[in-house]
Amino acid sequence: MRVRLKIWRQKSPNTRGQFVSYPVDNVNPDMSMLECLDVLNEQLTENGEEPVAFEHDCREGICGSCGFMINGIAHGPLPATTVCQLTMRHFKDGEELLLEPWRARAFPLIKDLIVDRRAFDRIIASGGYISVSTGSAPDGNTLPVPKEAADRAMDAAACIGCGACVAACPNASSSLFTGAKIAHLGTLPQGKPEKDRRAIRMVTQMNLEGFGGCTNIGECTGVCPKEIPLEVIAAMNRDYLRGNWHARDNVVTTIRPFTEWSYGSKLQIDEQSQS
Amino acid sequence: MATTVIGARETRPARFWAATNGKKVVMAITGAILFLFVIGHMLGNLQVFEGPDKLNAYGRFLRIVPEILWTVRIVLLASVILHIWAAVQLAARKIQARPVGYAKHENVVSDYASRTMYWSGPILLAFVIFHLLHLTAGVIHPGGEFVEGDVYHNVVAGFQVWYVSAWYIFSMILLGFHIRHGAWSMFQSVGINHPRYTPILKKAAAVLAVVIVLGYISIPISVLLGLVK
Ligand code: HEM
Ligand code: SF4
Ligand code: FES
Repeated sequence: MRVRLKIWRQKSPNTRGQFVSYPVDNVNPDMSMLECLDVLNEQLTENGEEPVAFEHDCREGICGSCGFMINGIAHGPLPATTVCQLTMRHFKDGEELLLEPWRARAFPLIKDLIVDRRAFDRIIASGGYISVSTGSAPDGNTLPVPKEAADRAMDAAACIGCGACVAACPNASSSLFTGAKIAHLGTLPQGKPEKDRRAIRMVTQMNLEGFGGCTNIGECTGVCPKEIPLEVIAAMNRDYLRGNWHARDNVVTTIRPFTEWSYGSKLQIDEQSQS
Repeated sequence: MATTVIGARETRPARFWAATNGKKVVMAITGAILFLFVIGHMLGNLQVFEGPDKLNAYGRFLRIVPEILWTVRIVLLASVILHIWAAVQLAARKIQARPVGYAKHENVVSDYASRTMYWSGPILLAFVIFHLLHLTAGVIHPGGEFVEGDVYHNVVAGFQVWYVSAWYIFSMILLGFHIRHGAWSMFQSVGINHPRYTPILKKAAAVLAVVIVLGYISIPISVLLGLVK
């Protein structure tokens, strides 16, 4: 089959970008979207042109590296798939596909279809952990985990951090991602000790990164390759409220970036720690 | 990455309000107050169908104890101010959060009402201001004299002007959209979501929105049709 790819090309964060249209002939319908881009990149390399930069790693939908908009939908038209899992047979022969990077201030563009998603890493670093005792491994069943809690935590833990929720959200909010992390740890007994602090810190970090505010529109779940439910956002709101109610002091710790690219963040890169 | 301690001197309410989630909690609570008012106000207004005596008596009843009237008015005013203040700040964040827009963006699952809250809200504000000047203060009252205390007369004379009725009906439909999303969203904002009950809540929000719109617009429509005169 043949497709025409209209791709956002941008050399670097500070240069102007534009759409460039490329015909790709002899596309195998069983190829993934990324393999189709590989074919295009071979052509471009042979012609001495710059290949299209896109992010990828596992190519089986579990790492969260890949992702871009296809015809205005994050990860393309097929629900519950990443672009690396999306095969070309889902498109019509001769179709034109518009490939655009995630657009959000908190995800500054690096090159072509690649954006800097380290704001997500900082959200996790600010509170997405649990305390464990060091020493020998605990006995198998010392901590009973209700089946339902385990299932819910597992569903939330399926989030691969791809950023599609932010990309699809009309507010460019990262609530689905942050909610998934908070629900994932907060529903398990192991995550209870930090529950209150975690919500406050992760929410504060998310707000500092320059994401928009959630207004419960729900586009995020529609494009999420892991179908994370809107319920996790309610879990975040609940824990945040609870945390604020319980908190005994006003100290919040956040993570600041110290490398370039992260200009989406409101945190100053060379800011001195204050206490 | 390095850690930074922020807000050590910030008070908790200030931090709560600074967070998007905190603002949404405030919007949910103030929205709920406005929502209850909207229901109560509709039930009161429907007494127009029971004739002038009943409606005017109701109008007088509301004013028996000025302290209560003013307490309610102040709570409503404070709710409106906080609700709008949060809305404006969230809207500003929304604009800042995506400086470069999409060439193409499709909506896959969301509904129209949820995406247009930033439109239905401000139009409602314009309506509320007009409405207060029209039927509470009587400053703007085309189509006849405003008679202080004669609520029935003011309503009927007011709605006989077709463009006043049209604006009222249009605004009430937008109120319906606002409630269609807001009435379930406020639960989500304070952290209540359950896979079994939230779908029911969403349906209830839609039904309530339709009931509220029909309840309100039945009045100008009846006046225009001459059923209430
Ligand atoms: C009769 C008056 C009103 C009622 C009953 C009402 C009710 C509500 C409710 C229940 C919510 C949901 C809150 C949440 O999810 O946390 C909401 C949200 C909202 N309202 Fe209002 N509101 C009214 C007037 C206004 C006005 C005058 C404005 C604008 C200036 C406005 C703008 C908004 C916005 C932007 C949202 C956010 C959308 C969202 O959070 O989903 N509203 N409203
Ligand atoms: S919640 Fe879904 S869309 Fe968002 S980052 Fe996680 S996997 Fe991707
Ligand atoms: S490349 Fe790993 S999820 Fe697509």
